[in-house]
Amino acid sequence: MSNLQRLREAFRTSLDLPADAPVDELQYQDNEKWDSLAHMSLVAALEDEFSVMIDTDDVINMSSFTEAVSILGKYGVDFNE
Amino acid sequence: MSSVFTLSQAAKEEVLLKELSALTEHHRENCEPYARILAANGYQGATSVEGLPWLPVRLFKNLELKSIPDDEVYKVLTSSGTTGAEVSKIYLDKAAAGEQTRKLGATVQSVLGPKRLPMILVDTKAMLKDRKSFSARGAGVLGMSNFGRNHVWALDNEGHVDVEALKGFLEQYGDEPFLIFGFTYLVWLHLYEVALENDLDLSNGILIHSGGWKKLVDQAVSPEEFRKRLAAVGLTKVHNYYGMIEQIGTIFLEGPTGGSLYCPDFADVVIRDPETWAEQPVGKPGLIEVISTLPTSYPGHVLLTEDLGVVHGVDDGDWPGKRFSVLGRLPRAEARGCSDTYREAA
Repeated sequence: MSNLQRLREAFRTSLDLPADAPVDELQYQDNEKWDSLAHMSLVAALEDEFSVMIDTDDVINMSSFTEAVSILGKYGVDFNE
Repeated sequence: MSSVFTLSQAAKEEVLLKELSALTEHHRENCEPYARILAANGYQGATSVEGLPWLPVRLFKNLELKSIPDDEVYKVLTSSGTTGAEVSKIYLDKAAAGEQTRKLGATVQSVLGPKRLPMILVDTKAMLKDRKSFSARGAGVLGMSNFGRNHVWALDNEGHVDVEALKGFLEQYGDEPFLIFGFTYLVWLHLYEVALENDLDLSNGILIHSGGWKKLVDQAVSPEEFRKRLAAVGLTKVHNYYGMIEQIGTIFLEGPTGGSLYCPDFADVVIRDPETWAEQPVGKPGLIEVISTLPTSYPGHVLLTEDLGVVHGVDDGDWPGKRFSVLGRLPRAEARGCSDTYREAA
């Protein structure tokens, strides 16, 4: 599975979305499932999935799926494979 | 470590006077009830931070005060409010919501650093059952949880201490710095006493706590005594803070050596004589006015609280600026939720 697919899966699982739900356009708190509680689970899931430790500022700034891609990129996760 | 506690009082007042005067004009133009209040007060501009026009914090319970159109309201926060009392309503747009999260983050990182630490939440997860309407306590815990990882809840669903969970956490993370967050009374009752009984080693912990001293004062536990006793279980890095929903994102944080709260660079306090409203000199108690650049979507940038406080000194403590303590509520003020956190406890 590509990293992008793994990221989509992590979003769906953490935010309790259906298996085929589109997630690429998701924005924090625009989707009712992505609230502050789910955000904690999401961050934990991303750390587990990609074996990274995300800093506080990045947790705060991770406000969309697109933002998550660029933040994880900083930690060395390659989404252009 | 990057800090938001850097400006001397003179430098801060120069920045704040400029920014808050502009913010006052912004709210005057965009919030009609606020413009009427300013007109009634005869406000013509301020030449000092102390001279900026304040609103009583209670006004947010009586009036809908916002400086954004209805379709830009992103979040409405409500104060904890005791039963039967009216609650404050605070309106945020996206920009204000984002900024308050970032500034709270920057403030807390001044003592924690940029890395998220393993974290003990001295509370119960049961409090978050209803995801649609958290209590103010729930919102506080969730806001702070961003600064941690591998969270463990110290209390079970019935509100009893989960000693095994704490032991497990300390076994796994106790050898490195970790974060503890909770309301002051819960920390006292459910962490300090349990740590003492079970010989838990909290010496790598950094405690951040808030929520009023009233219940502890009833038990004859002063802030000094609280620090002293926590040190006995190894907990020496302790930061109390003072903040309110009406100025969300702004917290006044206790410095490393204890005994005083400090104002971040974007905030300040003025202590006022409750009869003349004049600014009190250092050492003289009065009502606390809180000042912050964060409220851009509602006119809450200069608020007179119903809390009593005292400035202990200026530019003479752990960090620059004013250092102060909160002494309690003004006796006539109605009882308010935040100092009675424990009543809602499971």
